[in-house]
Amino acid sequence: MSSSEAHRPKVGLFVTCLVDLFRPTIGFAAVKLIEEAGCDVEVPRAQTCCGQPAYNSGDRRDAAAIARQVIAAFSGFDYVVAPSGSCAGMIKEHYPLLLSGDRGWQARAEALAAKTYELISFLVDIRGVTEVAARFEGTVTYHDSCSGLRELGVHEQPRRLLHSVAGLTLNELKDANVCCGFGGTFCVKYPDISNAIVEAKTAAIADSGASTLLAGDLGCLMNMAGKLQRQEIPVHVRHVAEVLAGMTDTPPIGEPG
Amino acid sequence: MEVTSAAFKENAKVALGDPHLQKALLHIRSGFIEKRQKAVEALPEFDRLRDAARDIKNHTLQHLDLYLEAYEDKVRAAGGEVHYAETAEEAREVILSICQRAGARTVTKGKSMVAEEIGLNEHLAANGIEPVETDLGEYIIQLRHEPPSHIIAPAVHLTKDQVEADFRRVHTDLPADRDLSEPQSLLSEARTVLRQRFLAADVGITGANFLVAETGTSVIVTNEGNGDLTQVLPRVYIVLAAIEKLTPTLEDVSQIMRLLARSATGQDMSCYTTFTTGPRRRGDADGPEEYHVVVLDNGRSGMLGTEFQDMLRCIRCAACMNHCPVYQAVGGHAYGSVYPGPMGAVLTPTLAGIAEAGQLPNASTFCGRCESVCPMRIPLPKMMRHWREREFERHLSPRVYRYGLGFWAFFAKRPRLYQFFTRLAVRVLANRGMDRGRFHSLPLAGGWTGHRDFPVPEGRTFQEMWAERRKAG
Repeated sequence: MSSSEAHRPKVGLFVTCLVDLFRPTIGFAAVKLIEEAGCDVEVPRAQTCCGQPAYNSGDRRDAAAIARQVIAAFSGFDYVVAPSGSCAGMIKEHYPLLLSGDRGWQARAEALAAKTYELISFLVDIRGVTEVAARFEGTVTYHDSCSGLRELGVHEQPRRLLHSVAGLTLNELKDANVCCGFGGTFCVKYPDISNAIVEAKTAAIADSGASTLLAGDLGCLMNMAGKLQRQEIPVHVRHVAEVLAGMTDTPPIGEPG
Repeated sequence: MEVTSAAFKENAKVALGDPHLQKALLHIRSGFIEKRQKAVEALPEFDRLRDAARDIKNHTLQHLDLYLEAYEDKVRAAGGEVHYAETAEEAREVILSICQRAGARTVTKGKSMVAEEIGLNEHLAANGIEPVETDLGEYIIQLRHEPPSHIIAPAVHLTKDQVEADFRRVHTDLPADRDLSEPQSLLSEARTVLRQRFLAADVGITGANFLVAETGTSVIVTNEGNGDLTQVLPRVYIVLAAIEKLTPTLEDVSQIMRLLARSATGQDMSCYTTFTTGPRRRGDADGPEEYHVVVLDNGRSGMLGTEFQDMLRCIRCAACMNHCPVYQAVGGHAYGSVYPGPMGAVLTPTLAGIAEAGQLPNASTFCGRCESVCPMRIPLPKMMRHWREREFERHLSPRVYRYGLGFWAFFAKRPRLYQFFTRLAVRVLANRGMDRGRFHSLPLAGGWTGHRDFPVPEGRTFQEMWAERRKAG
């Protein structure tokens, strides 16, 4: 990295609620990758969730209150980075819409949106990372989570970095760009439909011949891991950042330590 | 058609357990998605055309009154008549009275979703006039007394074997050894039956893909040619179309048409594209003596100037439903509405009210694939979210869900409290499940664990571990 110590950009890590609660390893993997890309990382305490559960349930008032909280906590950074396309997309695409017409906050929402990135696209598109120093023995497949793919254009970036991981083979997943059926609260509001969608996904994962499934969003990963394990399909599941950071000592998602 | 969207969840459950339906739905991938993909890849300017088409429709909607007037003048000048219908009921009555004046006993019909929307067939039949569907898919579902399950492929929910069985049941003069195992043979059997019906019909009714203000022309886009016979053979021809079909010029139509068939079936163009202006003129070889256009509103003008206006750009290509994981899982009938899939989830609450149709805009993962393929760049997920907002404002969403959301939001807005309680909760969960790594069932999480395992958290929150790491320096 060319940036000298004096010019290391300050990155605020938006941990995401799921990573905070269920899988801190992903957060530490993100910190490692961002630091290796020549940045300093801080994690503001005043963060909980990006507000999507409220926003996507039609509760604009609570969603806006949470958005203001995030904006206030992160406005001092050069960049805001989240290990999730869904949460980064919420901040980048939806905060400005949510707070449009809100005097004093709309401009701040737009300013935050302009410097917010999904982790892997931040590394590749903003920091110019072309390879990582990690090693992972095995065949993996990759699922494109919807918000990252369609709202933020995250597609080539994770594949490019995965190709640089020593020992790793990437088998492309059929219909990798089709939703896994998670959809936030959708999966518990419409469990039967969600199940039908994730069953199609796990069938494709099994067909891929990979022994590990990777993706960039923990919500989708928990959904697919939960279904694979219920169906007793022997595929391990990890966040792509764990593999890229070489932090695969933690057991895969949903497996005992 | 009566809207029964409130029963979406129950309908979906039935659909998921229907092996014929599930087999039929597999066809969508090869029949629509892959073909569209190929057609789009072969047209480098596809995305620029989408922008142009969006702009054309936005412009039209901004000046809809002017274009409607211009269109009406041109239709009159060509010898046709324009009838405005504010409601479904008005449209039914206008059409019935035209048919009655013509002394009609049978009416042939081209495929028209607006006719389904206003329940035209039932109304004609109740008044002693027999409607005959002439599109193969519509013909099949008419035999089965079913509504369409898809806006361009009304019988997509059926397998070939089911259709063959229906033909053998209804076409009683069919020899038992007649081969009906191929779609082509089913089509020719339907054609044989329909030929007589075309010749006997007194009135023909079709929808329209475009109404052209510049010329007073109605345009239909079909693949079977049945629409043309419906227009040309009967003495009286009625076009039934809603206000959003207005398009300023033929040039505009030709631009949007380059998107329509590609998005719908993956064809560059459909087999037949028919431009019709007014009744038969002196010296014309054929054509109807009377040409009527029924222009339907049915709630659409109320969408103008609201967050739902963009929906009026829709050209009914069905790309959104073809690419929707929810539609692919349950098919169209589960939606309980003429319009299924993402476009139906936005449009149906307009037609039937959010209290009746609230399930539909909720039954989406917001994966955004619909918007990504929409040729008219309609922001479908955003509009579904707007319906959820209206539902939430009116306290129509389920109470348990609202309380749960309120409870969560209370903590999400108080980071210190949130972190205190989540630290504890995560510990408890981890202690209970550490040895297995996952839960088979969890209290209050049946929606999740009914179908899949739930991963056990690592045991400590990231925030807690990060604070320690900072302290340790």
